Amino acid sequence: MNVMTNPIGLDVERIRAGFPILTQTIRGKPLVFLDSAASAQKPRAVIDAMVQAMETQYANVHRGLHWMSERTTESYEACRDAAAALMNARDRAEIVFTGNSTGAINLLAHSYGRGVLQPGQAVLISGMEHHSNIVPWQLLREDRGIELRVAPVTDAGELDMAAYEALLQDGKVGLVAMTHMSNVLGTVTPAERIVQLAHAYGAKVMFDGSQAIVHRKVDVQALDCDFYVWTGHKLYGPTGIGVLWGRRELLEQMPPFFGGGDMISSVTYEKSTWAAVPHKFEAGTPAILEGIGLKAAIDYVQAIGYDALAAHEASLTEHALARLATVPDLRIIGQAQDRGGVVSFVLGKAHAHDVATLLDRQGIAVRAGHHCAEPLMHRFGVDSTARASFGVYTTHAEIDALADGLIRVRDFFA
Amino acid sequence: MSGTDNFDDLRDLYQEVILDHGRKPRHGQRLESFDSTAKGDNPMCGDRVQVWVKYDGDSLGRVGFEARGCAISVASADLMAETVQGPGKADTKALFEAFRTMARTGECPDCGGALDEPLERLAPLSGVHEYPSRVKCATLPWHALIAALDGTKEATSE
Repeated sequence: MNVMTNPIGLDVERIRAGFPILTQTIRGKPLVFLDSAASAQKPRAVIDAMVQAMETQYANVHRGLHWMSERTTESYEACRDAAAALMNARDRAEIVFTGNSTGAINLLAHSYGRGVLQPGQAVLISGMEHHSNIVPWQLLREDRGIELRVAPVTDAGELDMAAYEALLQDGKVGLVAMTHMSNVLGTVTPAERIVQLAHAYGAKVMFDGSQAIVHRKVDVQALDCDFYVWTGHKLYGPTGIGVLWGRRELLEQMPPFFGGGDMISSVTYEKSTWAAVPHKFEAGTPAILEGIGLKAAIDYVQAIGYDALAAHEASLTEHALARLATVPDLRIIGQAQDRGGVVSFVLGKAHAHDVATLLDRQGIAVRAGHHCAEPLMHRFGVDSTARASFGVYTTHAEIDALADGLIRVRDFFA
Repeated sequence: MSGTDNFDDLRDLYQEVILDHGRKPRHGQRLESFDSTAKGDNPMCGDRVQVWVKYDGDSLGRVGFEARGCAISVASADLMAETVQGPGKADTKALFEAFRTMARTGECPDCGGALDEPLERLAPLSGVHEYPSRVKCATLPWHALIAALDGTKEATSE
């Protein structure tokens, strides 16, 4: 069971050598990092790109007429091209940089929610959303009288498609805002079908792709969705930069969110006019170094390729489900058919925080808690779960270490 | 596996006394007759505790609690209930301050002093200082107790 499978030529040892942090030990034990869904580790290529920019080529962007500013603007704007190519966007102007996925969803809730949606319309989310795709819509509901609907999740942890369609049928839903992959259950939602149904009933669709884009090729034209958000730090890039992709014609309809420098065309005290998209939504000095780092991360992922990433992840997930099934008293939360490399579980009567701490004593990092998804915890009758999540550098041996570690925790509490 | 595994690496934080009190708390029930009660809530992790106090003159006569949370928070509540029966309000508050320092730093601030004996009893919890996010687990029941002593209804940890 410890045999390293090698799907489509992914050389995990070589990949690991590119992540400096993985040589760290925790309490004298090798770091087993199984918390990539919270934030992924950074490859040397990303670290070097950011350091190199600071050491050799840095100034503010979009306004200086000097060499440094021009070069920095080129490197930063190259991230926009890379992000557009990554998602197969039609137009680089459809890539709006934000602070993270939460920032992107809040931008949408403010600008599209208050500028385009009308009171009496509804926003439809699913029962497996992260708080970041719940709370902005609650604020919108309270502010503008826009209804919030929730499509339920089945016992297996999949979207209840019949209930989803029923919630669309009265035609009041203006926007479906839904996860493309659950950060708790690992469920990958049927994005194409979600879009087809939403469009049939006149609703636009936003996907929260924070998890999905790490594991799957995202093609916004093939999905035919209207907005797609994700964050850099889960995709092996730096913190502090995320992406809102939107169809250009929709972005153009939307009013600005933040006002300030960089987002204007002209300013007088009587009236200001806005810059064209995407800059209309990018007030102030952007996350320049983070953009340069994210460009390196996207290049890194593209060089490996999503076919290899997805095959590696599928192999890890299959192995994890098989190994965790051998741990007595362990219950996996979420049994979706189509799932990614995120596995949540509870272990007998042991509290998830105790499980996580006792795994940490063994050098194994997992997340424990409600994972910013309290309503989903209630749905499955638990207060918290422990969660193991996998990245490009995760090995089968690390999953074996997790299973062995959990058996020890279980015996320790017995 | 457990036959040969003595769990040394796990036991330094989860000492036997914590496992024991976490699994089988002695004071883990509400008091039928009480003078004051308060709840503690840690919204970050979902831990909840309610503490009931019955006075005996000026001192704390009995303390009972109901807790939903990890082994450390339940054990801490139980050790607290055991330790504070007898002293008065002021001594209990001083003990809480000393215990909080111990949970945060791992150092016993008043060992050898007036609080030597009760702090000794709470010392198995001092290992949580390695996990700043879990210090709250150990101190939450104390926040609820102090709220009960002060006559406020609810407390949150930190």
